[in-house]
Amino acid sequence: MGGKNQTIGLLVLVIAALLAPFFIQDEYFIHLLINAGLFYILVAGLNLLVGYLGKLTLGHTAFLGIGAYTSALLNLKLEAPFAVTLAGSILVSLVLAFLFGLIVLRLRGPYFVIVSLCFAEMLAIVATNWVSLTNGPMGLPGVEPPKFSIPGLFEFYLDTKTRFYYLMLALVIIVTYVTHRLVHSVIGRASISLRENENLAESVGVSAFRYGMIIFVAASVFAGVAGCFYAHYVSYINPEVFGFIYMITMLVMLVTGGKGTIAGPFYGCILFTVLPEGLRVAKDYRDPVFGIILIVVAIFLPQGMAGLFRRVWARFKGKEVA
Amino acid sequence: MRLTLRILFLPKNIMVPEILQQLLNGLIIGATYGLMAVGMTMIFGMMDIINFAHGEIYMLGGVFAYYLVSLLGLNYFESIALSVALVMAVGLIFDQLVLRKLRDEPTLITILVTIGLSIFLQSTVMLFWGPSPQGIPSPFPSKTIQIGPIFLTPFKIFMAAVTVAVIFGLHLMIQKTTLGKTMRAVFQEKEAAAIVGININKVYAINFALGSGLAGLAGALLGTLFVVYPNMGLIAVVKAFLIVIMGGMGNFLGAIFGGLLLGVVESMAAGFISSSYKDLFGLLIVMIVLVVRPYGLFGKKI
Repeated sequence: MGGKNQTIGLLVLVIAALLAPFFIQDEYFIHLLINAGLFYILVAGLNLLVGYLGKLTLGHTAFLGIGAYTSALLNLKLEAPFAVTLAGSILVSLVLAFLFGLIVLRLRGPYFVIVSLCFAEMLAIVATNWVSLTNGPMGLPGVEPPKFSIPGLFEFYLDTKTRFYYLMLALVIIVTYVTHRLVHSVIGRASISLRENENLAESVGVSAFRYGMIIFVAASVFAGVAGCFYAHYVSYINPEVFGFIYMITMLVMLVTGGKGTIAGPFYGCILFTVLPEGLRVAKDYRDPVFGIILIVVAIFLPQGMAGLFRRVWARFKGKEVA
Repeated sequence: MRLTLRILFLPKNIMVPEILQQLLNGLIIGATYGLMAVGMTMIFGMMDIINFAHGEIYMLGGVFAYYLVSLLGLNYFESIALSVALVMAVGLIFDQLVLRKLRDEPTLITILVTIGLSIFLQSTVMLFWGPSPQGIPSPFPSKTIQIGPIFLTPFKIFMAAVTVAVIFGLHLMIQKTTLGKTMRAVFQEKEAAAIVGININKVYAINFALGSGLAGLAGALLGTLFVVYPNMGLIAVVKAFLIVIMGGMGNFLGAIFGGLLLGVVESMAAGFISSSYKDLFGLLIVMIVLVVRPYGLFGKKI
């Protein structure tokens, strides 16, 4: 896939996404696309950590929850508008990711995996039990939809699915752009070198801690933004946002889509939000199937769909030339 | 120092017997945690596999025991023994069917695969079981026995006895028998062990089954003391991880010690601080341990 083809492809994709609501009459389908976008933001962050830095985190939901709770609390207790809750979510997840990173980024391999999971579990316990702030397991209802306003001049509520869709699309484009820039910068190359061989990379002067921190904070901020959007979109949150099942869903999407590629999270998110609905797969059987998919893909298709497409494309081109 | 400890932990109205009581409760439950952690550390130490499905194997121990007692009407002790055997069979099948293909793959792949197994087992059990918790009916009377200032239920005494017996049995097996020697050899140096003719695949399979059996036993015992439900594996696997981290990955004694420590800390925290936050303390302790010693209390720098 050459650079020119890629740009054209991307443009077509963006235009299609912009026009999609005009052709889709079914609100439920728009809702699915919004869900896919939400997961894309999360999985893109996860991809930075797992795919590029090579550190498996199981605590990505921690920052989804942090973003969601920050936004919900700011909106409910201080009546802050969307711009403020978004900024708040970004700031809080950034600071907490930095502090948490100070502890965990010194850990390697299994230690990192497990402590990241502990972090999410700890936050879930706090969110469940700190009833005076978080309302415990009952959660926080009534988060307002985003409002953009200049007092006295105009007010614009994002209160329809289509409007949410465009906000989501904007976030998806920003996240993709940031990921692209990050991955193709010194930071991205340093991360890949750390993924491939941490000792070797450190010995030639690549600081595992420094680049690890940048990637970790970026990934966490993505998750915080997703959390903010989630709180405003669903308008109700409870401690289940920290749930392990979301973590699993993200991992399945990432691994199946193809970790360590920009396109992988796209494939994964579309596949696992739109396809199950399209095929009307019984909800009860979704989770067992997820489990099997994860096992099969991890064994037989470690590069995911992105890797598969690349191979098929290469073979196709090879034949064309011959 | 003594004074500050008293101030920290002892509000004025708490008496010494209560502390002893909580300590003992903590030790008994902690020993069961230890069982589970030993299983996990055996699997990690020898096979370099972080077994995420360990919590679901633990859950299966409880689920099988429940079905055997209440549906098939087996006697409680037979059910527990049979349940452990079944769980070991599940471990064996998974090892031979899936993990065998991944012996030389990086840890990331095996973690993902065991996470896959964990979701599969949990959600499949959920289909049959439903979300509501059930207790395993046991023949032990629920009335307490008083020993000095301390109260104990007969079941807790049974649980402690079984746990201690199993840990000692395992220790003897590893130290004295040929199989134990073989396992230690593979643990230390698998290439060398393979060169002298040890069948590595067989030892791995036995090891994985044994480790799973320990988790299953812990699940059946704790499932009788508390309740059994399909999601019980997650917090259990987190606890087992905490213990294994504290004790050092692959460290047998460390796992037992860590299990006891976590049990006591939880029990004290639940008794004297707040029971809804009790799970938080274990997590906090591990965080602190890792800040000070990133390779665990007894672990060596990799």
